[in-house]
Amino acid sequence: MRHTFAVLVENNPGVLSRVAGLFSRRGFNIESLVVGETEDKTTSRMTIVVEGDERVLEQVSKQLNKQIEVIKVNDITDDESVNRQLALIRVAADQSSRQEILQITEIFRCRIVDIGRKSLIVEATGDEIKIQAIIESLKPFGIQELVRTGKVAMVRGVK
Amino acid sequence: MLCGAEILVKCLEQENVEVVFCYPGGANLEILDALAKSSIRLVLVRHEQGAVHEASGYARASGRVGVCLATSGPGATNMVTGIATAVMDSVPVIAITGQVATSMVGTDAFQEVDMTGITDPITKHNYLVKNVDNLARSVKEAFYIAESGRPGPVLLDIPRDVAMAFSDVTSVSKINLRGYKPNLTGHSGQIKQVAHLLSESRRPLIIAGGGILSADCWNELLQLAETQEIPVANTLMGLGSIPLDHPLALGMMGSYGLAAPNYAVQCCDLILALGTRFNERMTCNVDRFAPHAKIIHIDVDPAEIGKNVRVDIPLVGDLKIVLNQLLSKLQPRQHPEWMAEVRDLKASPLPRPKQTCMLTQIEVLEALAKILPDQAIVTTDVGQHQMWSAQRLRHRRPRGFIVSGGLGTMGYGIPAAVGAQLACPKDPVVVITGDGSFQMGMPELGTAKEQKLPLKVLLLNNSFLGMVKQLQDCYIEGRHTAVTFTDNPEFKYLAKAYDALYLKVEEAEELPAALAKFIQHPGMVILEARVAPEENVYPMVLGGRGLDQMEF
Repeated sequence: MRHTFAVLVENNPGVLSRVAGLFSRRGFNIESLVVGETEDKTTSRMTIVVEGDERVLEQVSKQLNKQIEVIKVNDITDDESVNRQLALIRVAADQSSRQEILQITEIFRCRIVDIGRKSLIVEATGDEIKIQAIIESLKPFGIQELVRTGKVAMVRGVK
Repeated sequence: MLCGAEILVKCLEQENVEVVFCYPGGANLEILDALAKSSIRLVLVRHEQGAVHEASGYARASGRVGVCLATSGPGATNMVTGIATAVMDSVPVIAITGQVATSMVGTDAFQEVDMTGITDPITKHNYLVKNVDNLARSVKEAFYIAESGRPGPVLLDIPRDVAMAFSDVTSVSKINLRGYKPNLTGHSGQIKQVAHLLSESRRPLIIAGGGILSADCWNELLQLAETQEIPVANTLMGLGSIPLDHPLALGMMGSYGLAAPNYAVQCCDLILALGTRFNERMTCNVDRFAPHAKIIHIDVDPAEIGKNVRVDIPLVGDLKIVLNQLLSKLQPRQHPEWMAEVRDLKASPLPRPKQTCMLTQIEVLEALAKILPDQAIVTTDVGQHQMWSAQRLRHRRPRGFIVSGGLGTMGYGIPAAVGAQLACPKDPVVVITGDGSFQMGMPELGTAKEQKLPLKVLLLNNSFLGMVKQLQDCYIEGRHTAVTFTDNPEFKYLAKAYDALYLKVEEAEELPAALAKFIQHPGMVILEARVAPEENVYPMVLGGRGLDQMEF
């Protein structure tokens, strides 16, 4: 099972290392971890995607909660939520292929953020399926470099 | 305005710290200087690991927070084993380390080591205090975290410039840790379910762990066991929560546990597990554990519930509060048939030594058990003598059996006894140790000598690392490698060096007189018993077997 945890933590130095250390020493598999400041400067929000069975996931949640600097842990896997990743893709582009790449980026509502003589940088945001689809579509042209973030997530509606 | 060192000391005084186990160095000069001007007793140790064990022994004997202090770098890393020992046994310890100045942090300066990084996995929490204005709050939080909820060690790493810098914030009265709010009161619905299961059970069993001692609720435990007529098995850490000669006490369960509690676990229909974490030394093969029993698990640490065994009713809370909640819901109850079975189990004799040519550890410990005063505190080291002590002593004093359970740290016994003796100066403190462990903890005899502590050290010398030898017997066809001390030091000269009375026994007949002298001697005493090396600890459950599959 793959689960997404929204974890609110104190915005202190060392928190990321504590959480990462907890995962490695207890043998939990992190698929992705994204962290950034929230609307409140004293807290950060981590979005952690973890792979494991029910027992592992229960331990993940409990061990996270046990950390003094972890304020709140929510398993939002089953909640209606907005999930986004961002990818920057440098794709080879010459005169003959450029037009086709532009069409693809339009279909996926991506943006071209840099144009070089022989390549373009495409910026794509979306859920994991969409990002994967974009990558597949651009592959035939030659992907020269690819960076992507992990997932950030937010539960829909007002709770 | 006070400087950081003075603020620290003021905060320690406000926490009613009586004693700090310390070792000096370049990075804690100012802190020691400030401590010297306070009323806090400074105990200069011989090795920083000893300082942490001493703080731990002090904490476990007294129920208060133990405090120790070292310098940066090697002083700090020497503390690591002690801190890990404390975290595994949930002991409230504050370890303070000096650190290089903040401007030098991260430069691989002389005696610099990333102590918060190193101790992250072995502390309940830790602090690198980079700003003197945060020092008082950090100390307050550290004490609160160390002693509340499930207790544990907290490290305060204080850079030298912070100790020297001045601040107006010299004390903090209130703290708010929004990420740390231990749940102390039990959920009333769950309590009702527990009461219901107890009312239906025909063969209930209590497993009392170290949490009973941490939560100071041995009286509640006794009340529960007696009014409900439920036998009590102890984990190693829970020994002392009920006297072993109580009719409901079964003694220690587990891989070197007694037959009675081990069989009781396997044939009971309900387990009420109190303040224990179902470590594999206690459950043995977890798939075979308590096959007929529903399990109620009460613990203050939610992460322990469901971690190692399946649980039917989880209940989070402070044991003292929860047991009182539960007691108010229960009617007195009896289980005559089950108790008859339990009495039969309890009546089965303990394993005897296999050979008779030489004195054995079992004989020494059983003789000691007969004359040990009820108020005595016993610490042990780690190995065969520890398991035999756990099995054979009477455990009449709560917080009176102080051992390294979770980490199994050799060299714990002597320093833990130093701490316990300082916490309880009027009570006899006995260290039971082996010749291997003794030589790991020995430096702290220097501390005991200097502090004039009348420790009673029972040295069971078989010139073997007996427990490892036993494992080699069981698992690698008896090939004994690196477990024989072929040329041990003359312990009588060591006793003399430390100004201790030296006694020696080699025959069973000498035991009563020697042990009487051992207990009565007003100063430090080392009693060396020359014991047979062949003996192994039984009952024993081999790896992969269930609790009912003991070797005898």
